[in-house]
Amino acid sequence: MGENLKCSNCDKAATVHLTQIINNKIIKVDLCESCAQAKGVTDPEGFSLADLLNSSQMPRQEEDTSLKCPSCGLTTADFRRTGRLGCSTCFTVFASVLRPVLEDMHVGTCHKGKTPDLALSRQSATAQLNKLEKALEKAVEEEAYEDAAQYRDKIKSLKDETANYEYSQS
Amino acid sequence: MIEPLLSCKNAELTHNTQKGTPVVLSTRLRLARNLLGTAFPERASLAQRSDILSKCSDHLAGLKKMGKGNFFEISQLSDLEKQVLVERHLISRELCESKQGAGVYINKEQTCSVMINEEDHLRIQFLKSGFHLKNVWKQIDRFDSELENVLDIAFDSEFGYLTACPTNLGTGLRASVMMHLPGLVLSEQMERVIRAVNQLGITVRGLFGEGSDATGHVFQISNQQTLGEKESDIVDRLGNVLKTVIDHEVNARFKCLEDNRANLLDQIGRAYGVLRNAHVVNSTEAMNLLSLLRLAVDFEMLPESERADIDRFFIECQPGHIQHAASTGIEPDARDVCRATKLREELGSLPALDFDKLADLI
Repeated sequence: MGENLKCSNCDKAATVHLTQIINNKIIKVDLCESCAQAKGVTDPEGFSLADLLNSSQMPRQEEDTSLKCPSCGLTTADFRRTGRLGCSTCFTVFASVLRPVLEDMHVGTCHKGKTPDLALSRQSATAQLNKLEKALEKAVEEEAYEDAAQYRDKIKSLKDETANYEYSQS
Repeated sequence: MIEPLLSCKNAELTHNTQKGTPVVLSTRLRLARNLLGTAFPERASLAQRSDILSKCSDHLAGLKKMGKGNFFEISQLSDLEKQVLVERHLISRELCESKQGAGVYINKEQTCSVMINEEDHLRIQFLKSGFHLKNVWKQIDRFDSELENVLDIAFDSEFGYLTACPTNLGTGLRASVMMHLPGLVLSEQMERVIRAVNQLGITVRGLFGEGSDATGHVFQISNQQTLGEKESDIVDRLGNVLKTVIDHEVNARFKCLEDNRANLLDQIGRAYGVLRNAHVVNSTEAMNLLSLLRLAVDFEMLPESERADIDRFFIECQPGHIQHAASTGIEPDARDVCRATKLREELGSLPALDFDKLADLI
């Protein structure tokens, strides 16, 4: 206390001090009132420093910064600035930008929970499979074997589920 | 517009608290969901938002759980009414500030609320007094599945349920438990506990979320991660951590009694005296004193039957509720007078503190 910390976003005096431990790393951020507001730090639901840091200080690797969602018009810059996606199509467009962000944020990068079975059967299950198989192929190519194993399991369980579903329908 | 909610005599958080365990006030689960084919609320046009609002509210009205429920369009509510709903944990502050085309559906018992066009198209929330993670998960899961039968939900086999913010991706599940932890606060262990649970991917906030302090020794503890784990695992993991927190809290309370008996009883006794006799009480003071009274119930110095009323005052003594109850607009100073009057009247019939009960406890 006592020392006058400056906001990590602008140069005003910081009044909001945050500390979180994400994947065993201690992350500290000092913000002034207005930046804290702007970054949604005061939002009681679902705020996380990982989110804040990833949207502002992510290493800009060789990723394509000119991506634009054909559906809602979100650009890579928009995503970096707000940390939010604009529509369901964004997840296909920005998948490569999103994956590294998710690695630091969550327990895993592949969904393991509930699936909206009925809604999905209304949509096409094969589209899901195709997408996973492509991801698997790419992961193998890049020798990302942990990811590949996850995709393979996912494909298997999806195939099993579809089989069960068809079985229960008959 | 919100009078039916306030006059409801079996509302979960204000009238159903007798089932509460000593340490846990309430359990709250929320699911973030979006509809396929429309941009998320932030990037949707007003026409799209209105479309989503009417479509969702129509479908919600058809669900059994929502029977005799209330639907409010946020733009139709006054600032004060919105504040009251926030204080009852039925809507978020973010929804209050949302543009046109946002709304909330709240069921009669106020156990279930669905926000429409908050950060995501749908934010489904179930809450129950006491510690009931598994039970509330089952309920919200069933409700979510019913909704899926009638709405096309945006889902991806890799990313799970699609949400505007990546922090909610996957299950879209935030499970949070409201805990009353005076023992850990008074014995100055709370900071250590927060650090320890943070390392397990679990977040601790004050009563009204980020930025609010530990008024009334009440904390919201919730999972931080939503992707890469099954819902039941998220709920089990949080539950196991919370069981440990409960054990620590109970131990801390007895340790306080052992080491600092006179001091602790003095604080409880003074809280009892002030709440029944004060004429000016601000909301922070009210929360802190009520917290000590709740502790007195846990120590059996007051009958268990008083717990429900004390939990109700935790909510009804919030600024919005006091202001709303005083039909005409009042200044903050007058609010503190109204709060004191309410507490004097409602707590006037409280039995005397039974200090002898403590002898049996240790």
